[in-house]
Amino acid sequence: MPKPLEATNDFVVKFANTNGSGSASANELFARAILRMGVPIAVRNIFPSNIQGLPTWYEVRVSGEGWIGRRGGVDFVVAMNGQTWDKDVKELEPGGYLLYDSTKPMPQSKFRPDINVIGVPLTEMANSRYDIPRDRQLLKNMIYIGAVGALLGMDHEEMVKLVGEQYAGKDRLIKPNVEALGLGRDYVLEHLKGKCGLSVKRSDKVGDRIFVAGNDAAALGAVYGGATVAAWYPITPSTSVAEAFAAHCKRLRVDPETKKNLYAIIQSEDELSAIGSVIGASWNGARAFTATSGPGISLMQEFLGLAYSAEIPAVIFDIQRGGPSTGMPTRTQQSDLTLCAYSSHGDTKHVMIFPQDPHEAFEFGALSFDLADRLQTPIFVMLDLDIGMNDWLVKPFKWDDAKAYDRGKLVSYEELEAGKEFWRYMDVDGDAICYRTIPGVHPTKGAYFTRGSSRNKYAKYSEEGSDYVENMTRLLRKFETAKKYVPGPVIRQAKQPTRHGVIYFGSTSAAMDEGLDALEKQGIHIDTLRVRAFPFADSVIDFINAHDQVFVVEQNRDAQMRALLVNEGAIDPARFISILHYDGTPITARFITKEIAERLKAFGKPARTKVAS
Amino acid sequence: MTYLAKPKFRHPSLEKNERGFTRRDYEGSISTLCAGCGHDSISAAIIQACFELNIEPHRIAKMSGIGCSSKTPDYFLGQSHGFNSVHGRMPSVLTGANLANKNLIYLGVSGDGDSASIGLGQFVHCVRRGVNMTYITENNGVYGLTKGQFSATADRGSKSKAGGTNTDSPIDLVSMALLAGATFVGRSFSGDKPQLVPLIKAALSHNGPAFIDVISPCVAFNNHAGSTKSFDFVRDHNDAVNRLDFFEGRAEIVTDYEPGTVQDVEQHDGSIIRLHKIADSYDPTNKVATMNYLATHHEKGEVVTGLLYLDPNPKDMHQLLRTVDVPLNRLGVKELCPGAKALDTINDEYR
Repeated sequence: MPKPLEATNDFVVKFANTNGSGSASANELFARAILRMGVPIAVRNIFPSNIQGLPTWYEVRVSGEGWIGRRGGVDFVVAMNGQTWDKDVKELEPGGYLLYDSTKPMPQSKFRPDINVIGVPLTEMANSRYDIPRDRQLLKNMIYIGAVGALLGMDHEEMVKLVGEQYAGKDRLIKPNVEALGLGRDYVLEHLKGKCGLSVKRSDKVGDRIFVAGNDAAALGAVYGGATVAAWYPITPSTSVAEAFAAHCKRLRVDPETKKNLYAIIQSEDELSAIGSVIGASWNGARAFTATSGPGISLMQEFLGLAYSAEIPAVIFDIQRGGPSTGMPTRTQQSDLTLCAYSSHGDTKHVMIFPQDPHEAFEFGALSFDLADRLQTPIFVMLDLDIGMNDWLVKPFKWDDAKAYDRGKLVSYEELEAGKEFWRYMDVDGDAICYRTIPGVHPTKGAYFTRGSSRNKYAKYSEEGSDYVENMTRLLRKFETAKKYVPGPVIRQAKQPTRHGVIYFGSTSAAMDEGLDALEKQGIHIDTLRVRAFPFADSVIDFINAHDQVFVVEQNRDAQMRALLVNEGAIDPARFISILHYDGTPITARFITKEIAERLKAFGKPARTKVAS
Repeated sequence: MTYLAKPKFRHPSLEKNERGFTRRDYEGSISTLCAGCGHDSISAAIIQACFELNIEPHRIAKMSGIGCSSKTPDYFLGQSHGFNSVHGRMPSVLTGANLANKNLIYLGVSGDGDSASIGLGQFVHCVRRGVNMTYITENNGVYGLTKGQFSATADRGSKSKAGGTNTDSPIDLVSMALLAGATFVGRSFSGDKPQLVPLIKAALSHNGPAFIDVISPCVAFNNHAGSTKSFDFVRDHNDAVNRLDFFEGRAEIVTDYEPGTVQDVEQHDGSIIRLHKIADSYDPTNKVATMNYLATHHEKGEVVTGLLYLDPNPKDMHQLLRTVDVPLNRLGVKELCPGAKALDTINDEYR
């Protein structure tokens, strides 16, 4: 028997439940109580594509040092789901803790000799106290939360306070929930004192940070960015973007006098219709967006080509999930890069931006509308399920009231009236971005015909090869111009000069920060670059050229970011070493650390791509 | 196809409407459709209707999909913004455009391939949402641009030019529109301008989803014996239930008709549609009776035309969504951005 794990503010607790059992709100209450004690946490909700009866896990990483990526491994498991028992037991670190419902005896073979088993007769406690079956189920969740809180030495009052906040307005629910928490705590104090070496100790490391999910943040960004039209079709994991947008608008976007809405949301009949309406609204001068996931982007292909070709702004939030096909709808991946970058038939290139967390989801969510208007083209905001649907502890949102919206090159009534010449597809300024008018702008000037077919710079239909080529090369130049406007990469120099670099993006950041810290402690120094947009800034290519070997860490099978780098930067593929994680769970610091350390150790050997699960 | 500009010359004696526009001001570039195409007659009817309604051309947004019919917006209203989108998806683009600016007049032009085949879903859903628009299908039962395949509105048993027989059951867009909740439904014939022009005028003045199915024979691929969408067939089987006059709001109306032969319907904007009854008992405000009439007469092989259904007090999408009176595309950072102070409060709620 290894020594029972001992740690303060640095461990992972995992709750194994079945979905539809009401465990989610109890587990979240546990997590928030730790935050209220000033201790940073990182949570991951791992759930099935299902409403009731299938396994779901809620992982809470307690990290006094403030690491918000997934660590890997579990130190304390609350095993409430018989279906996944064996797997949950197996995953536990040696010396870890297993809390289970000891109402019915479990055979010894179901445990491991190297873990600490903590039995609490949860069902018995709930059944003897409550009569209604639904109450028994729901309050059993609160009993185990009370018990785990006591085992970890948490401040019980913080949990009681949170119950009050959670059920404010439904006051009759407060008393039984508080009581259930107390039942769990009392059982531990009476029977299990000193059984657990893990503890939460009050700290001040949370600071002013906020705890929020990326989809919620992106939707708020859309409100701040001036979106007035949203057209969407329900699809996991993007649905909560549209729902959050509706909720924020209801509160922030209703005219106080008339009570009428300063926004319009339509639930479209499919994704084709959703992007069509976004394009129609943007063409007509409103800021519009849709939120979807990979399968939705697949359906939108034809329209995306139209928006690229006819140069119509559009914002698409892509909350990536596991593909291809239906794939893993409730698991995370970064596997829509090539799909979005080159969406639609013919030669296209699309702008993508990569928020690393909910803070940037808000910032980029708002920025995307400026980019769309400025560049007159679709902008993909590339989130994923990990950022989108998990609550993250991040810097508070910021907004500068001095900031005006960049509506791009619009020709006004006054300018037309004053005789300004207007041709829709003429590159007047030399940056390949042309001027546009909004329908209805002027009684006799400024009208033009928008079409997906080839046209000349006067917006007239043309099948002349020279007109076509002029247009297509201008679109390519416009993509170059885009580099000036999109968020640039974040580059970090290692403490010591190094020949090695690592490139990463999006939700990988959290695990990467921690992984680099761990590598540094092992004496491994690597320069890093976080890609924040496509097209790549020239500094991205410079970074690659400045290093002998560059790791590209991404959460997909085919090294899609690497492919984009090779393709767009015309770089020798041999310079890259791919670190790939694509089993649908968020990448961990442990995985990154191990992979990079091993590759570097094996250096000299022709190690290029190792596919990891 | 190449772009052909029309000469800008205007004869000084050309008639002007109340806004000071001549008919020429409502024209577009020269049509590149086949000589005698029914679609060109519909374009002419649209021009006439807009001229008579004194609409400023820039207040119209003309939207279309793909196909011969969808090319036509280039051939009328050259001073209006136009959008030739993708095949079968005009309804969603029009919906979005309408959301952005409730104050423009939206004219969707589509065909039977565009609306009854690839775009049937979008057509129905757009109508369902109560989008304020005039949606015209130029219905010829055939794919013209790809040279003569049957479309989904071709009648079973209809013969193609190449000699084949259509075995599929037809989709009746008028019935679809009624079922989906269109509040103005008409059918006409491209060869019957006196019926079509007032129908378009009434539709443009309607504050809700207005649909007009216009049978528009394809002279190149579907105007032969054995086709049920040919000029001759439609003329022979045209069952017009009414003819109409359209009066803009508060125009003085002189009545000199026999009692029982005329029905006046006032729309919410005050405009009046005067229906001259042809079929005795036909009441276009009775939806169930309309569907019944359509089904019965379709069985007989007749093409029912006229103003078939009208809800004089429709609710449009913006009313249903309770949007502000100012078009959404006019709102700026001041109206739309909650600002830094509100964000502080929001941040607190996430702690």
